[in-house]
Amino acid sequence: MAMLDIDNLHAKIDGEHGKEILKGLSLKVNPGEVHAIMGPNGSGKSTLSYILAGKEDYEVTDGSVTLDGEDLLEMEIDERAAKGVFLAFQYPVEVPGVATMTFLRASLNAQRKKRGEAEISTPDFLRLVKDKAAHLGINQDMLKRGVNVGFSGGEKKRAEILQMAILEPKICVLDETDSGLDIDALKVVSEGVNALRSPDRAMIVITHYQRLLNHIVPDFVHVMNKGRIVRSGGKELALELEANGYAEYQQDAA
Amino acid sequence: MNADIRPIRTPAEQAILASLGTVPEGGDRLADLRRAAARAFEENGLPHRRVEEWKYTDLRSLMREAVPVAGAAAVAEADARARLLRGVEARRIVVANGAVVPELSDLADLESGLTVTTLSAAIAAGDEVLSRLGGIQPGRYDAALALNTALAKDGVVVTVAPGATIERPLHVAHVFAGAHAAASYARSLVVVGEGAAFTYAESFEGPDGLAYQANAATEFVVGDEAHLDVVRLQEDGTGAFHLATMLFAVGRESKVHTFSFSLGAGVARTSLYATLSGENSHVGFNGASLLKNRQHADTTLYVDHQVPGCESRELFKHVLDDSSRGVFQGKIVVRQAAQKTDGRMMSRALVLGDDAEMDNKPELEIFADDVQCGHGATCGAIDDELLFYLRARGIPMKEAQSLLVQAFVGEAVETVEHDGLREALVERAEAWLASRA
Ligand SMILES: Nc1ncnc2c1ncn2[C@@H]1O[C@H](COP(=O)(O)OP(=O)(O)OP(=O)(O)O)[C@@H](O)[C@H]1O
Ligand SMILES: [Mg+2]
Repeated sequence: MAMLDIDNLHAKIDGEHGKEILKGLSLKVNPGEVHAIMGPNGSGKSTLSYILAGKEDYEVTDGSVTLDGEDLLEMEIDERAAKGVFLAFQYPVEVPGVATMTFLRASLNAQRKKRGEAEISTPDFLRLVKDKAAHLGINQDMLKRGVNVGFSGGEKKRAEILQMAILEPKICVLDETDSGLDIDALKVVSEGVNALRSPDRAMIVITHYQRLLNHIVPDFVHVMNKGRIVRSGGKELALELEANGYAEYQQDAA
Repeated sequence: MNADIRPIRTPAEQAILASLGTVPEGGDRLADLRRAAARAFEENGLPHRRVEEWKYTDLRSLMREAVPVAGAAAVAEADARARLLRGVEARRIVVANGAVVPELSDLADLESGLTVTTLSAAIAAGDEVLSRLGGIQPGRYDAALALNTALAKDGVVVTVAPGATIERPLHVAHVFAGAHAAASYARSLVVVGEGAAFTYAESFEGPDGLAYQANAATEFVVGDEAHLDVVRLQEDGTGAFHLATMLFAVGRESKVHTFSFSLGAGVARTSLYATLSGENSHVGFNGASLLKNRQHADTTLYVDHQVPGCESRELFKHVLDDSSRGVFQGKIVVRQAAQKTDGRMMSRALVLGDDAEMDNKPELEIFADDVQCGHGATCGAIDDELLFYLRARGIPMKEAQSLLVQAFVGEAVETVEHDGLREALVERAEAWLASRA
């Protein structure tokens, strides 16, 4: 049984005349695997990631998603997180007035509580954050500010990976984590992601650039177009896409 | 005007008029003030929605019940009920049903430069400081203040000597005690001398479900180059009417900061009048109201810039749950002489309840030409994108909402300078959030 099993997923924007975005998407992800999803703007990549995380702006009209055999779509947003779903946002929001440390701690403890685990002690928590932050080049000043408040684009992406490192999810969905990163930051962030690769953890990496996949080497590459996966292959597929673009898939689908 | 058409007196008005009958005769200035206030009430009665300043708080129809003036409270009950701000390191004075309770008040070993006495004692002794009482007038009929002036017999009279810095805050804990609805009136006077620094806190509480009336007015006379912080925490009982007036006369180059936190009462009206009559002063009048069920809270400000170079900041936050209603009216007046005035007023509301309502009325009236003034008002629900972000990290809905509400209120509460008081207010906000269904 796949860890994450997306089968024939159809979804539309919520509302009476909501447009259909996902049109029969299927994907199986096993523990330890890294899947890259590439595809033209507007093909539905972020929509897929939002639906996995539980965003309420979409309505699933057909198909199913299971995580370890359980119906993911039935779960509340926070329940999904506690079960191990993590979305690194394409555009992380700023949350003024909620201190980063407060937020990290509330997240970690809420997840632990839901799993029936004890809350983390203050010294353990501080040590954990300090250690993970140092690896990602996040300084103490950033941690003192409100969540993402005044962070540069690249800093926001790093902060997402910091959250991921602290929460240790089962399935990580990274939505264009590379966009907005300079060359050095791309390396740091990729190392952070690679450090989290493990036999029991899977990743879905959404990106437009083959460059990221030089650092985070995927087991599979999928091409998404108009709400469907239209081709799957190994890591060499990314190179092919880089050279030829999406023209051939867009014609197929038209 | 048709002078001979008299409105029908409501039962509440009739009861108040009966109470006013007891205003004593006598020749001194205070007696004159009382009689003038009583007459003003007889003429105007309780304000209703056609009175501009009470447009959103129609006191005449909200306050129908006739209640007598409160008698003395049982000391043990007052002590048991006065819970607020107990953890704060402060000199504490308890005012129950409008009268200072000496047994519960810390009136001994006053810091040098500080005097604290009761209004009744000051009147009995003919204290010279009373010449300041009633010195700040709103310039218009204010029913709550008129009733307070006519009927208050006690309260706290504080003076801070020029140059004195009093580290420990003075906390006046107002409490209503008793099993029957009644009206309490407390009048206080705080005179802060030139160059002095002082922190004044007041809290209000009483039993839930009882339609008692707590009317409190405090006048603050702030000398030149003085520094005054005022923190008020209003948690009157759910059935109560809270009618508060704060009046400020601010001297030259002084700093005044107030924070008014309103969580209690069925109907609360807080009026703040400030006259800036000394140049280059900085004032900040801030506050927040957290309301639920059918609570109604009205904050009305009137800031009068009379002289050049003063800066005023007003920031008010409302969090409105269930079918509560918040009202913010703020008026900044800049007189012709008050050049280089810098005034900014902002009201923000966060609406949680489907049937909640916010009325915002910020106003500027500017007669000077070289000023920087602005005001703004916002009103909206919790941002869904923020909520989703927090929940996507595993934080349950209610906790996520609480974090965002705390952040919203925090922006205003953070302006409180005194650590102990600020922390106590944060703790009260947390308790309010925890009590949400
Ligand atoms: N809430 C929404 N309301 C209306 N349209 C939406 C909404 N969310 C997504 N869409 C539309 O759905 C389509 C897919 O959007 P999505 O963001 O999933 O694309 P994407 O593949 O992530 O694109 P990109 O590569 O530019 O990030 C787009 O046409 C987008 O405009
Ligand atoms: Mg996208």
